[in-house]
Amino acid sequence: MKAEIMALGEKSIIITLGDDIDEQTHNRVVHLLAELEGHKLQGVIEYVPAYCTITVHYDPWHIWKWARSNNMQLSSPRVWLQKQLEAIIEPYIEGKNEESSNSRGRIVEIPVCYGGSYGPDLVDVARHNELTPEEVIAIHSSGTYLVHMLGFAPGFPYLGGMNKAIAMPRKAIPRASIEAGSVGIAGAQTGIYPISTPGGWRIIGRTPLKLFHPEFEIPTLIETGDRIKFIPITHEQFASIGELHWT
Amino acid sequence: MAIEMIKTGMLATIQDRGRFGYQKYGVNVNGAMDEGSARVANLLVGNPEDAAVLELTLSGAALRFTEDHLIAICGANMSPMMDQASLPMWQPIIVKKGSILTFASYVSGCRVYVAMAGGIRVPLVLGSSSTNMRGQLGGFNGRSLHSGDMLEVGHVDEASRSARLWKKLQQSIGPAFNAKLFAMAPEEQVTIRFIPGPEYELLTADSKQKWLNGTWRIDAQSDRMGYRLHGEMLELEGSKEMISEGTVHGLIQLPANGQPIVLLSDRQTTGGYPRIAFVAAVDIPMFGQLKPGDAIRFVPVTIDEAEHLLLEYEQDMAMLKAAMMLKCSGA
Repeated sequence: MKAEIMALGEKSIIITLGDDIDEQTHNRVVHLLAELEGHKLQGVIEYVPAYCTITVHYDPWHIWKWARSNNMQLSSPRVWLQKQLEAIIEPYIEGKNEESSNSRGRIVEIPVCYGGSYGPDLVDVARHNELTPEEVIAIHSSGTYLVHMLGFAPGFPYLGGMNKAIAMPRKAIPRASIEAGSVGIAGAQTGIYPISTPGGWRIIGRTPLKLFHPEFEIPTLIETGDRIKFIPITHEQFASIGELHWT
Repeated sequence: MAIEMIKTGMLATIQDRGRFGYQKYGVNVNGAMDEGSARVANLLVGNPEDAAVLELTLSGAALRFTEDHLIAICGANMSPMMDQASLPMWQPIIVKKGSILTFASYVSGCRVYVAMAGGIRVPLVLGSSSTNMRGQLGGFNGRSLHSGDMLEVGHVDEASRSARLWKKLQQSIGPAFNAKLFAMAPEEQVTIRFIPGPEYELLTADSKQKWLNGTWRIDAQSDRMGYRLHGEMLELEGSKEMISEGTVHGLIQLPANGQPIVLLSDRQTTGGYPRIAFVAAVDIPMFGQLKPGDAIRFVPVTIDEAEHLLLEYEQDMAMLKAAMMLKCSGA
């Protein structure tokens, strides 16, 4: 798969580095993101990584003013930025940059109290898959999950690598409110709700960790490229961990 | 220096130009729905364009000033009144301590912006004053305003542009500066310019005609996150498997029900529906002034045209800024 650059309107550009949700594409995204963030390109507001893409949000007016104050002739801020991006991603376009390792490789352990009032859907997930609740917990907590991206809500991780043996479709009618820290399953995906929000995921447990801290410059416990392990804990441990800070 | 919210109307929030730089952590941008009006309101009182302003939805709000203030009201016309006298919009005005500002009745638009010299003071969260209601962060305690809330206004320094403007207004007998040409006033039927999106060509020939020739109504299920458009059902040729990616302000998505959604200020940072179009950036603020039931039509523009329109708009805004600086300069 080659890299592609495409405008999304006149204020954003998307770089596509693959067409499947897999670790190889993810690694290319993470590497290129670090590369781009190091370049400090004029007018770029932010880069947003996802499964196979990096979306570049920029301010055309900023580029226009900057070019004018530097006596540069510029026909279009978009064309100018696209050229700068092309130069940076050239190794990716030609497929030269194919490191297979994840440069971050950070593993974040998430303690989870499964079942009971914290995981009201654990029994349903077990029944749906003809397993016992204990087996669901064992399978869910034995995996290592790659954080492909954050989205949907502040700090919400899109995780890859769940064992399909514990998959279950979303609820037909979403709950009006899901507590912050809830760990859920939707189809073959698992995830954690960092903030209280409506949602249709099957909730199997809850973590006492606070995943989102807007007062910090890096406001999320989990970042794109991390790996997550779920560690089963008891109700007593849940209470004693309370609201932990990780710094 | 404070303002008391006596009544909030349908929805009142604190907003600025948005919270940028944190979308990769899933943090929404938020910000004023009609960003143009919010920027102009700030410039008119000598504030930086991105100072925190009050965004009021439709009519019904009432606020009391506990000090003298220099303010500007821009955006929707909800008949602003002060102590029974109607107030001009799109220009700086001095309001007296104890006076009450009301928005009595609907005339046009949807969202009113009130800027105060010194800016509304709320703690910056991740670099912005904008309210993220779902994430419960930013703005006034991370929530929309309630009656009884007291808003703090920033100190106006003696040497500031705002202070000079204030002084001039007190002495002046001529008309104050008016910036009405920046108004996004929805007419009978609004025309929105769009750039075709990556999946636009996948629309069936019939659907393309419906999209271009149809009248689209703003659905009741519309909010700051996105506006749902109600019209004839649109279909894509075949089915396109989409993988979630970063969203864009003004992106028009087409979910399976065939009714498009325009992503606005409180949009999610990522999404995975087919991208049929992008609202030209200069027309995005218009959505801030549209309300459920309003009718719109779409006309295509090329990306080059849209970019050109945006640069022209920003040039106009820069001229207003320069004009305000002249107005505030000297003795």
